[in-house]
Amino acid sequence: MAVDEGLKIELGKQGIFVTTIEELYNWGRRSSIWPMQFGLACCAIEMIATTMARYDLARFGAEVFRPSPRQADMMIISGTVTKKMAPQVVRLYNQMAEPKYVIAMGACAISGGPFKQGYNVLKGIDRYIPVDVHIPGCPPRPEALLHAFITLQKKIDGQHLTGEGRPRHLDANAPGEFPVPVQGEHDLEPSENGLVWPLPAVKMGSGV
Amino acid sequence: MRSVEEIKAAIEAAVPGARVEIQTNPSVSGQHSLRLDPSHAVQVATFLRDDPEMALDFLSNATGVDWPDKEIAEKVKVTRTVTKTIDGVEQQVEETVEETKKRVEPGCLEAVYHLFSVAKGHGPVVIRMKTVNRTDQVELPSLTPVWRSAEFQEREIFDLFGIIFKGHPDLRRLLMWDEFKDHPMRRDYVEPDDFEWEPTAHDEVLKRAREHRSREQGSGVRDQKEEAKAEQ
Repeated sequence: MAVDEGLKIELGKQGIFVTTIEELYNWGRRSSIWPMQFGLACCAIEMIATTMARYDLARFGAEVFRPSPRQADMMIISGTVTKKMAPQVVRLYNQMAEPKYVIAMGACAISGGPFKQGYNVLKGIDRYIPVDVHIPGCPPRPEALLHAFITLQKKIDGQHLTGEGRPRHLDANAPGEFPVPVQGEHDLEPSENGLVWPLPAVKMGSGV
Repeated sequence: MRSVEEIKAAIEAAVPGARVEIQTNPSVSGQHSLRLDPSHAVQVATFLRDDPEMALDFLSNATGVDWPDKEIAEKVKVTRTVTKTIDGVEQQVEETVEETKKRVEPGCLEAVYHLFSVAKGHGPVVIRMKTVNRTDQVELPSLTPVWRSAEFQEREIFDLFGIIFKGHPDLRRLLMWDEFKDHPMRRDYVEPDDFEWEPTAHDEVLKRAREHRSREQGSGVRDQKEEAKAEQ
């Protein structure tokens, strides 16, 4: 049950602080997202720049880069995911504790980028794990990563703790572990996780 | 630096039995190369490295080339005996006919090494080796014992072209995973069908998208997905 915004301000003027558990809970979740210390390619350089004094990711409570997935809340897929690396990325994601979030940073992480015609690059990490925010760019500027981070915070703020669309860690039926692809003789097997990556319909013109 | 002809003569004088062919490069750079026979390659390489005149102490690059089987159509004059009826009498007549014959020139794999001399400040000297074919006889001697910097580059050639280097200290795949079976840089490599969605598919992408869709419809994958979507 949401508190009326006008009433809340009025009460605040009188020294009474009104909130809801949901608001407090989401504020807590979004204000201390610890990213995983994990860089894949050149986007990682921009990610590092984002954390440094000039752009200062610490303003959003996300300065503590954890070197272990067990202590991290967010994974920034910062760069090209090769098919050789993809199983490890999915495994690291599985090892993170809920609630956990993913930002796919840059053209390679969201679609394979300039390498997507190749035989060795995964055409987007969202084939295997659910991605919360995609940022285009090659590489995206630190401002873009900050924007993605703010977008993620807004998304967390807007989530209700009950009912449809509640966070995954509060939903007993939500998948907790995502299958790690196996490196097969010709390609990763399976080549996608259909539950997180529903194949969009393709517009192929007439005659199909 | 000596010309390739002089290097060839020096090699043949130093390594008895070594066969060296000169492969000319018709381009402006004129970077001619020497094709070694694999059985003497290590001796020749050691000579090139240790000879005070050559002193090729630095291997800067090793790479592979894939030469697929080539079908060549040739016109050949064939003479054969034909029975013809001339003036009501059957006669044996010799006749010359021009026929187009197709022959397949077998392909091979090739390893190319670029050598420089840091001591003498000259180079590059380009040496090449060919395998017998590109299916089962793909062994070449490794030059890693001669130039240590060939180690990773030969592993890469093994990975992407499938040349097996005999005498290599640690011949494993370098870029692809160990379970991988193909050799992606070969001309006849077939890419996996990991179709990429594009909003406006065209040309090659459109072709692949169509193939992917027909394959999915054949296996019923898409139907299942659409059913699942409809249920939700």
